[in-house]
Amino acid sequence: MAVILANSLNLTFQTNDGPVHALKDVNLEINKGDFVSFIGPSGCGKTTFLRCIAGLETPTGGDISVNGMTPDEARMARAYGYVFQAAGLYPWRTIGGNIKLPLEIMGFSKAEQNERVGRVLELVDLAGFEKKFPWQLSGGMQQRASIARALAFDADILLMDEPFGALDEIVRDHLNEQLLQLWARTEKTIGFVTHSIPEAVYLSTKIVVMSPRPGRITDVIDSPLPKERPLDIRDSAEFIAVAHRVRDGLRAGHVDV
Amino acid sequence: MKSLLPVLSVVGAILLFWVVSVVPMNMHLTADLAQRQDVAVTPDTPVARQDYSGIGLALRNTHLFGMTYTLDRPRLPSPHQVAVEMWETIALRSVTSRRSLVYHGWVTLSATLLGFAIGTGLGILLAVGIVYNRAMDMSVMPWAIASQTIPILALAPMIIVMLGSIGIQGLFPKAVISAYLSFFPVVVGMVKGLRSPDAMQLDLLRTYSASPNQGFWKLRLPASVPYLFASLKIGISASLVGAIVAELPTGARAGFGARMLVGDQYGQPMVTWAALFAAALTAAALVGLFSLIERWTLRRMGMQAT
Repeated sequence: MAVILANSLNLTFQTNDGPVHALKDVNLEINKGDFVSFIGPSGCGKTTFLRCIAGLETPTGGDISVNGMTPDEARMARAYGYVFQAAGLYPWRTIGGNIKLPLEIMGFSKAEQNERVGRVLELVDLAGFEKKFPWQLSGGMQQRASIARALAFDADILLMDEPFGALDEIVRDHLNEQLLQLWARTEKTIGFVTHSIPEAVYLSTKIVVMSPRPGRITDVIDSPLPKERPLDIRDSAEFIAVAHRVRDGLRAGHVDV
Repeated sequence: MKSLLPVLSVVGAILLFWVVSVVPMNMHLTADLAQRQDVAVTPDTPVARQDYSGIGLALRNTHLFGMTYTLDRPRLPSPHQVAVEMWETIALRSVTSRRSLVYHGWVTLSATLLGFAIGTGLGILLAVGIVYNRAMDMSVMPWAIASQTIPILALAPMIIVMLGSIGIQGLFPKAVISAYLSFFPVVVGMVKGLRSPDAMQLDLLRTYSASPNQGFWKLRLPASVPYLFASLKIGISASLVGAIVAELPTGARAGFGARMLVGDQYGQPMVTWAALFAAALTAAALVGLFSLIERWTLRRMGMQAT
C-alpha cells in the first residue's frame, strides 16, 4: 500500500538570482513499512522533497499525497514525526520535558505523557536520562532524544533529515544499528535524507538517488539486502554491489550538468 | 576572589584621583578662609589669587593642603566628609525623619519600582505586538526610538505639569517618567528574544501543527527569558534615573532628587554628594538583585547565566 505518492512533483523557488528548480518531475511511491533513503549532493532537492512530504514546503506543480491526504492535511492529522539535522532540544526543558513537548501540544493526559516518555526513552536507549538537561548529554545522545521526541506520539511515518550528519563515524554506526532495530520493532515507514553512501545502503529497503540543477531522481534502487543487517554486512558482495550502483547513479547525475 | 584585586585597584585609583583633586578644587576657598584667620597666603589679595589656577595656587601654598579637606562648604568635598554625611543621614537618623536619606531613598525607590513595573509591562506588551503584528512592527518601533531621543530633562517638567493639571500628583507622575525611560530597553530586548528561535525550532512546531498560542508560550516566551533579564537590568537603573530626574525640576520636597537640589541651592555640597552616592548604591543594589534573580531563574531553567 502506498503511504506516500508523488506524481510529477515540481517546486521552483523564486530567488533574487532568478528561479531555482529545486524539484523537477519527481515521481515516487513509498510503501508502508519501507525504509527509504534519499541520497545526492547538496542542492539536489532531497531535503526539499522531505519537506514537501511534511507539508513544510508547498510544491508549485504536480501532486503529492501522504496517507491519501494532502501533506498539509497529513500534518494537521499529525501523521509523521520529523527529525531535523540538529537535535534542536529546548535548553530550558529536561529530556523528559522535551519529549513531552509534542504530547502537551497534542493534548495527551499527564499520565499518558509520563507513560510515553518512559517508553520512547527505552526505545532509544536513554532510560534514566529523563531529568537531565540537554547540555548534560553528548551530541549523539541529544540526537537520540530528538528521535524519541519524534516517536512519542506514535505517528506511522518518520521523516529524518540528515539526523546523524553532524556526528562522528563511530557514534553514527552505533545509531544506524539502533535505528534499524527501532524500525524493525515499530514497523514505521521511514524517509531518511543522507549524503553518505554506506549509511544509505546499510539502512534502506529503497534508495532514491538524486542529482542537482534541476533537482530530480536519477535512480531508485530496491535493496536486495535481508531485513536482518549486522554491521559487517557492509563487507558482503551484495552490499558493495548496491553501493556501486548508488555511486554510478550519483556520477551519472553529475555528467549531464 | 581572583577579581577582587582588579576591582579594588580601580576603586583605589578613583579614590586617589578624588583625594588629590580636593586640594586644587578647594584652594581658592581655603586661601580666603585662611587669610581671615590671619594665616599667611601668597599672593595676599583675593583679586591677585584669581589669576592663578587651583593647581598654581596650591603649589604656592602647600601649608594649606590640610585645610582643603576640612572646609564646611567645599567646592569638592573629600571622601571622608561624604562618608560622614552618609553615616549621619543613613544610620543615625530615624527613618521617618526628613533628614534621613533612608526616608528620601524610599520615596524615590517607590516611584522607581512602580515606574519600572509599568515600563516593563508596557515594554513586554509592545514587544509581543511588534513580533506578531507587522503593522505594529512598522509603526511602533520608530516612535519607541524617537521617544528616547528627547532629553528627559526637557520632557519631565511637562509631564509633571500636565498630570498635575488633571489632578494627578505625588508618586504617579514620577513613576510615569521612570516608565518612560525603562520601557525602551525592555521592548528592544524582548523583540530580539521573542524572535530568537531559529527556523528549525519554528518548523518543529509546525510539524506538530501547534497553534500560534502554543508557539508563544512553549517556545518564544521561554526563549526570550535571557534577553528579558539583560533588559531588566538596564531598565531598573534607567527607572531610578527617571525618578530622580522627575524630582529635580518640580521642587519635590522628598527623594534623592530633592536632596541633590537642596544641597545645591543651600550650598551644602555634602548633602548633594551623599544623595548622589546613595542613589548610585541603590542602583547597584537593584541591578545586583536582578543579577541574582537571573542566575537563579536560568539555573532552574537549565540554562547557564552568562
